[in-house]
Amino acid sequence: MTIRPSVGVSASVKPANEAPANEPVVEAQKLGLAFQTGDGPVQALSDVDLTIGKGEFVSFIGPSGCGKTTLLRVIADLERPTEGTISINGMTPEQAREKRAYGYVFQAAALYPWRTIERNVALPLEIMGLSRSEQQERIRRTLELVNLTGFEKKYPWQLSGGMQQRASIARALAFDADLLLMDEPFGALDEIVRDHLNEQLLKLWARTEKTICFVTHSIPEAVYLSTRIVVMSPRPGRVTDIIESTLPKERPLDIRESPEFLAIAARVRDGLRAGHSYED
Amino acid sequence: MSRPFAWQMAAALVLVLGGMALETMQGGTAANIWPALGLVLVAAIAGSLFATAPLIEAGIAFIGAHGAAWLLISGIAGHEGNAGPSFYLALVGAWLLAWRCVTALSAIKPASRQAAAALGLIIPVIFGVWILILWEAIVRGAGIPFLLLPAPSAIGARIVSSASILAADVNQTVFKAVLAGYAIGCISGFAAAVAADRFIFLRRGLLPIGNMAAALPIIGVAPIMVMWFGFGWESKAAVVVVMTFFPMLVNTVAGLSSAGHMERDLMRTYASGYWQMLFKLRLPAAMPFIFNALKINSTLALIGAIVAEFFGTPVVGMGFRISTEVGRMNIDMVWAEIAVAAVAGSVFYGGVALLERAVTFWHPSIRGG
Amino acid sequence: MQFVKKFWTGASMDPLRSKIVPVLTILGIMIVAWYAFAVVLNGPFQRDLDRRAGRSPGLAGFLVETWSQPKPTLPAPHQVAQNFFNTTFMVKPWSRRSLVYHSWVTLSSTFVGFVFGAMLGILIAVGIVHFTSLDRSLMPWIITSQTIPILAIAPMVVVVFASIGITGLIPKALISTYLSFFPVAVGMVKGLRSPELMHLDLMRTYNATASQVFWKLRLPASLPFLFASMKVGVAASLVGAIVAELPTGAVAGIGAKLLAGSYYSQTIEIWAALVAGSLVAVVLVMLVGLAERITGRAMGGRPA
Repeated sequence: MTIRPSVGVSASVKPANEAPANEPVVEAQKLGLAFQTGDGPVQALSDVDLTIGKGEFVSFIGPSGCGKTTLLRVIADLERPTEGTISINGMTPEQAREKRAYGYVFQAAALYPWRTIERNVALPLEIMGLSRSEQQERIRRTLELVNLTGFEKKYPWQLSGGMQQRASIARALAFDADLLLMDEPFGALDEIVRDHLNEQLLKLWARTEKTICFVTHSIPEAVYLSTRIVVMSPRPGRVTDIIESTLPKERPLDIRESPEFLAIAARVRDGLRAGHSYED
Repeated sequence: MSRPFAWQMAAALVLVLGGMALETMQGGTAANIWPALGLVLVAAIAGSLFATAPLIEAGIAFIGAHGAAWLLISGIAGHEGNAGPSFYLALVGAWLLAWRCVTALSAIKPASRQAAAALGLIIPVIFGVWILILWEAIVRGAGIPFLLLPAPSAIGARIVSSASILAADVNQTVFKAVLAGYAIGCISGFAAAVAADRFIFLRRGLLPIGNMAAALPIIGVAPIMVMWFGFGWESKAAVVVVMTFFPMLVNTVAGLSSAGHMERDLMRTYASGYWQMLFKLRLPAAMPFIFNALKINSTLALIGAIVAEFFGTPVVGMGFRISTEVGRMNIDMVWAEIAVAAVAGSVFYGGVALLERAVTFWHPSIRGG
Repeated sequence: MQFVKKFWTGASMDPLRSKIVPVLTILGIMIVAWYAFAVVLNGPFQRDLDRRAGRSPGLAGFLVETWSQPKPTLPAPHQVAQNFFNTTFMVKPWSRRSLVYHSWVTLSSTFVGFVFGAMLGILIAVGIVHFTSLDRSLMPWIITSQTIPILAIAPMVVVVFASIGITGLIPKALISTYLSFFPVAVGMVKGLRSPELMHLDLMRTYNATASQVFWKLRLPASLPFLFASMKVGVAASLVGAIVAELPTGAVAGIGAKLLAGSYYSQTIEIWAALVAGSLVAVVLVMLVGLAERITGRAMGGRPA
């Protein structure tokens, strides 16, 4: 793999978006979304072309208002696009949601305070109508995956913030969807906990081979985690650059001091700066 | 949102057709049945044709429902108590149209703020009007005895004919007893709260008592106050004072401790004194709580004054009128007095709420609409 | 968590010093003031009595006399306590003179009315949360009706029901139902709408049905609001039952006892009935609080 030359600030980033070798999970063409507000329409997303292949780890990065969370919510059918097309595993987002094709992790853990950790993980399984024994088996497996074995009977407020977010990841993994959508999942945590969870998330990704879409506003986090980094900019929300990572799949934390890492980070920073007008 | 053929419209059609069949077999129980049935029929069909345009559908349903209701109610005159099944079928049909109208209006998401406000007013008004229509039509159609439940029109007529008596009662109960008691109770509750805030010991002692008082049937002190202060408005004001004191105390104490720690630390870095802190930070921060108490108390005050009058008054006052007219079985006068009390209560509350909007315009609950 | 909580409430002091002592002190001051007021209020009449009888008791004798009149303007605390004790424990609980009997009459209609009112309130709240047309048309009226002195219709309801031959518990319970239904409906609507957007979005990503969202998210989230509004509702329910006993015809219950006391100027009885009513209120609110604590524990609420 090589770093392709930057495509600059142009919104048409087709050349950077050639189809990945493996089969596509998310495909968006000319995707746009305008919110109707009291002061007229706001263009949250405009002209987004993007293909995400199976097994990729794709980060969306950009300043607030660039539409990165909105894009994730469109993939999840929590928002409806007003222009263009998008498909998930060849289905519309709505069909994909009805098939429970993805797990979603929010900015906060969003655990139900009246349920224990295991009952929180069981929530999607109950809704999908799995048998008791099957539920037990999956709870055990996913809690082990996020290193929370032994905390099944605890309530969310008895756990630290990092552990709560791990429990919410377990909840998203419990029903074995191939696609994991994560919306700034570690944004509220302190740096040390965050490093630790990033490391664990990479291991989890390697073990489960899921496709992950990850929204963040931290450049090191995006570079450390991703196979591809989608740089976005606001007013209107659009994709300004897509950067392929040249880092190996095996990534110890100290890879962040390597020249290769710093080169990619510099490119992301350039992309963010180019797309962001500081006059306003 | 709007489906091709709403179930309310379909049900209205079925009912109207049934009503027409019944009316053909045994008609003549009340006038205007045929025009009313016809109107509902036409409106249900026409409205369904415009199901994709909610505003037009709502308009047609509105005209059909209220036109039919007007025809039915005016047609019942002279046939009171003899309304047949076709009358009720037409009535329910018209009511379903009104329901469809409200549902269609609720689904509209207006662009401008004025349109949203107008819609927010029209929808509950239609609902309220239909309570009155059903009340009027059923009471007169079924000939429910006057003693049990008078028709709204009879109550309205009573309000008009007894306006001077009602005005005197309002003057006695609201303008003398309620306002005096409300002012004294709220001010003394506020003063006690400021004192309790200054002295922690007083707060620790008063607050549990104040919280418990919220659950107690304080209204029971009414006979005692009547004994102490006589039959005049003073005893009612005294009941109001006791009832309004504790809500004001508890809410103000909570409000005074509601200012954030960061804001308080900021004042401390300015080396501000207790009173500066109170007037510049803590009282403004407490305003939403204080207005909450003022609103609760506006309702409590009216209840306290009216119930206290059940225990003895001069021959004027809303509570006096209610208890004596109940005894004389003049139920329409009782309803008239209750209607006036409802209006007085809403106006009082509304006045406090308007004042609140002006004073606490910065609070999220008011800003956010 | 625990540490933060302790720090803010100042609970490092033992509860005896921080709570019980101040409350007892204030109560003590109130009782002393009560005795003083009894002297002030009963004094003139007592002086009048003494002058007519040609007596001139000393200060101590005068004080004792003002605290032991049979029909004082303000009965002294011990007179009320004595009357309360006598009419509660010294007579058979089912006799007409027993406060237990009167309290039971009031309590039963309060309870029946409250149970129906709470159920009705919950039902209406569920409707309002699930149907926009109900929300837009009914909700404004529920809010407005809270500003209306609804209690004023109590006498009419009782008399009208009596005229069609229904007396006793039902009309009183109806008023209690009416009064407790409003706070429960309003609180429950707030509670059912309390889940955060994120929690609702989560259910959406699972493609959960409306009933699954209700049972697994909205209902559990609404319980704290439900209990808070039920405490208000049960107190309103009791006031409703007492006021419903005021109109002519009611012969039993705390309200009837108050009215009889006011007719015959039996001030001590009025105060004793007030004490009984307050005890009933405290017990009712405590029962709701107990139910709250039990469900709270079952739902893993953090210890307060």
